[in-house]
Amino acid sequence: MLLKQIKVMQPKSIWTNERPGVWLAGVIVFVFLLLFFVLPILRVFITAFLDNDNNPTFVHFIAFFSQNLMRESFMNSLYVALMSTLFATLIAVPLAYFTVRFNFRGALLIQTLGVLPLIMPPFVGAVALQLIFGRSGTFNMLMKDAFGFTLPIMDGLNGVIFVESIHYFPFILMNLTVALRNIDSTMEEAAINLGCKGWRLFCRVIFPLGLPGYVAGASLVFVKVFDDLATPLIMGQTNMLAPQAYLRITKIGLEDPMGYVISVLMIVFSIFAMIISIRALKGTDFSTLQKGGTSIHRRELSFMESILAYIWIGFILFITLSPHFGLLLLSFAKVWSFSPLPDAYTLEHYSRVFRDSSGMIYNTLLYCGLAAGLDVLLGVTIAYLILRTQLPARQWLDWISTASLAVPGIVLAIGYLRTFRGITFPGTDVLLTSTWIAIMLAYAIRRLPYALHSCMATLRQIHTSLEEAAESAGANKIRTIKRIVVPLMTGGILAGFVTSFITASVELSATIMLISADSQAPMSYGIYLYMQNIAGRGPGAALGVLAVLVVAFGTYFSYRVIEKKESRLDLKRNF
Amino acid sequence: MKISWILKVTFATFLIVISSGRHFAQAGTVTVITSFPKELTQIYKTEFEKANPDIKIEILNKNTIQGISYVRELPAGQRPEVFWASAPDAFEVLSGLKLLEPVGELVNKSAPAKVGAYPINSPNNLYLGQALAGYGLMINTRYIAANKITSPKQWADLTKPEYFSHVAMSSPSRSGTTHLTVETLLQGEGWEKGWGQLLQIAGNCAAITERSFGVPDGVNSGQYGIGLVIDFFGLAGKYSGFPVDFVYPDVTAIVPANIALVSGSKNSAEAKKFISFTISQKGQELLYDPKISRLPILPPEAMGGKTPAGYPNPFEIAKRVKVQFNSDLSEARYNVVQVMFDQTITFRLKELQAATKAIHTAEAALAKKPNANAAELVKQARSAAFSPVVNAQKITDKELLALFAADKKDAAISKRVTEQENNWNNTALQNYDRAKKLAEQALASIK
Repeated sequence: MLLKQIKVMQPKSIWTNERPGVWLAGVIVFVFLLLFFVLPILRVFITAFLDNDNNPTFVHFIAFFSQNLMRESFMNSLYVALMSTLFATLIAVPLAYFTVRFNFRGALLIQTLGVLPLIMPPFVGAVALQLIFGRSGTFNMLMKDAFGFTLPIMDGLNGVIFVESIHYFPFILMNLTVALRNIDSTMEEAAINLGCKGWRLFCRVIFPLGLPGYVAGASLVFVKVFDDLATPLIMGQTNMLAPQAYLRITKIGLEDPMGYVISVLMIVFSIFAMIISIRALKGTDFSTLQKGGTSIHRRELSFMESILAYIWIGFILFITLSPHFGLLLLSFAKVWSFSPLPDAYTLEHYSRVFRDSSGMIYNTLLYCGLAAGLDVLLGVTIAYLILRTQLPARQWLDWISTASLAVPGIVLAIGYLRTFRGITFPGTDVLLTSTWIAIMLAYAIRRLPYALHSCMATLRQIHTSLEEAAESAGANKIRTIKRIVVPLMTGGILAGFVTSFITASVELSATIMLISADSQAPMSYGIYLYMQNIAGRGPGAALGVLAVLVVAFGTYFSYRVIEKKESRLDLKRNF
Repeated sequence: MKISWILKVTFATFLIVISSGRHFAQAGTVTVITSFPKELTQIYKTEFEKANPDIKIEILNKNTIQGISYVRELPAGQRPEVFWASAPDAFEVLSGLKLLEPVGELVNKSAPAKVGAYPINSPNNLYLGQALAGYGLMINTRYIAANKITSPKQWADLTKPEYFSHVAMSSPSRSGTTHLTVETLLQGEGWEKGWGQLLQIAGNCAAITERSFGVPDGVNSGQYGIGLVIDFFGLAGKYSGFPVDFVYPDVTAIVPANIALVSGSKNSAEAKKFISFTISQKGQELLYDPKISRLPILPPEAMGGKTPAGYPNPFEIAKRVKVQFNSDLSEARYNVVQVMFDQTITFRLKELQAATKAIHTAEAALAKKPNANAAELVKQARSAAFSPVVNAQKITDKELLALFAADKKDAAISKRVTEQENNWNNTALQNYDRAKKLAEQALASIK
């Protein structure tokens, strides 16, 4: 590897005796995770380990491994997750590389548009994709008219891979974008001066330096797809682990421990996958000393190159944004049934949505903003504790947070209701679980891995000597973190905030369970309510479009802040 | 500083919200947990609040499964007042958990005791029928015109090759009404013949949807041509201007959607008023709203002449039904039917479709060019693909029925149930593969 660091430079000795502040931070984070994640889900998952006399048993696990269907489901989930990660990489890497390292018109727009696929409530995305690529979708109806045959794009496991890749590639895009921004451009210049260019430059210098960002994104895609429930279910693929668990957990009637067995195994496997991704990065130092010289060092593409790049990016964006076109059309459609385009158009759905649901926009912004804020706080703290301190068992904080990816929303929600049963706010008879705070906490827990991964990836790229410099100049620990570490992490922090915020805004399964009054409803729940009506697709789509706009605006705004900050840094440097 | 900014905003908002306190449910509020669409609940809420200005209705929409968990996990005194949903089995679960309070005094005396053979109110009056619904076929007229297929009238029509991959249905384990339809079919045709028909229909299915709403939604948008759905979905789609139609086949289950009072709720007196309202003549008339399109539990003569012309009469439809629905039989094999359906149909749909397709192809070739050997092979293929994994004799086995009704947390039970599931799943897989090979052999021997 290019930048194997000489470890002698690392002054290990000063880290061994950790200060009380570090311990305090570690304990607070741990207690938070314990209270709002570990204990609630243990309350539910304990079923997997108990028989009917409440004696511990592994018989349910043995039962799992004896079923062919379960083995088949495991292989299917693994296959879909690996293939989706591969395709997501093919989509995301060119987008990130071209927009960050080259002078590219519309780079900011492309990066913002590239995040849009994440802003799709689970079933809405599949509905919209069915309308475009499904068996009676626009694409196939036109194909049939023109050529007399259709393409089964949305069928089988490959259909799931298709939907998952275009839904989750933004994880790679966002993390890689930040990582590429953070690469010291002198590295690139040095390579170019030595005659390295084009593909070789990318493969040997740029990509390896951006590896922490890529691995952070790709491992998220892998785990997320492996644990994803909504997409396979809506596309009718039951023979995968998450749907098998869900179908058993949510069956009316007898409680079936097997559902929880599957969930536990999914958590174990997800953590295992994360450990592998961490191992892959271990022993290599990715940090560089100088930061954020992007705006002066962006290179130029030749005319032909830029034409090709635009065509490729245009094609990718066209495919990945097709659900949004579908959604937009649906929101204006009067009746759209078995025809390439709607029969007639109307604005009625929007007026209905505006009449009904202005409070939902406020609720979404409130819950998701707070949840993402909390996630970033936790993310920065955990990342710092893991990468900069020797706190015992600090790695567990990462594993616990990551495990939440594999916990179905309904399990977390039931866990909350069970654990906080009868607990009220002091001085009132209001249940904790009947307020929106429970919903917000569930969002924060479920979306913590996204923020955490961004924070870890950025912190990995920051060289410790910058902090040592500050400390030897007399700054204390707090001041160093505040003035050096956090400012240098801004890009990653914001990427984490945005990812958590966006994905929380489309959370549904825990939301439905925890909502205890109509006035608490966020937009995702509103969309669900509309879509449960036979004539509700129109208004549901209209609300979906509003949700996309609100969240997209938030994303664009955050990027503007990063850009501004960077150009300010450049100014300072130039003086 | 961005991070401290985020921190400050987070804390400030938190403090403001905590100190200001939110809008809490005041006395006289009735919270209704329901799986019904907002269009329906909004009309009932508005009309009831107009008649009872001092009572506020708070509608809380959850799907049936989450609704049950929600009620179960809340402590007494904090529970919602009313549970209002379709699936009768959901109410059975709630009453099994002692979460319902009897409301016999609220029963509307003008309603008959039964529709067909099915009691409208539960025998112990723990839940009351609020509207009636029947199962039938929802058809996308544009879809079937474009694919040049004829409109089906009966369940048996759906076994024909022309409907291959045009049909959709839900699974009995996901939808109480689908379970009733499947059970009605099994009781009407007999166990083995019924399963034969069911497997052939499923072989023609493009999807077994996870949500029962996935079927009408897919037919409405033209994803599927024909769906097995509950009537109001079909009727509401039609009245909302979609190119869909709905027919009741001769064999159908007419069942009530129910409403119940949750025990351990705050305002049960007010809640009782709401329940009474929904089953009063005034409340029943609201069902005629085109956006709701459900069938009243009161016979048309008790509706004061308000019934629109041409509106289906559930009591007449129920009379046409030849099956005497035996709910004890249904109850006894409830879990077995669900597990069998999922293991041999839902989870093996791909293989069942492939076998069905091969059989159809062989039969089409056979019709053009008769061949005794091939005919025999096709017959074997049909028998392999379309026979249930549990035969008519085995299903009466008390031990088998008891096994599937027992608590799966018991280690020994869990082991045996899993073995049985695995066994059925593997048998189905082998049967479908064998059927496919036999049909392909038949086709080869014709050519």
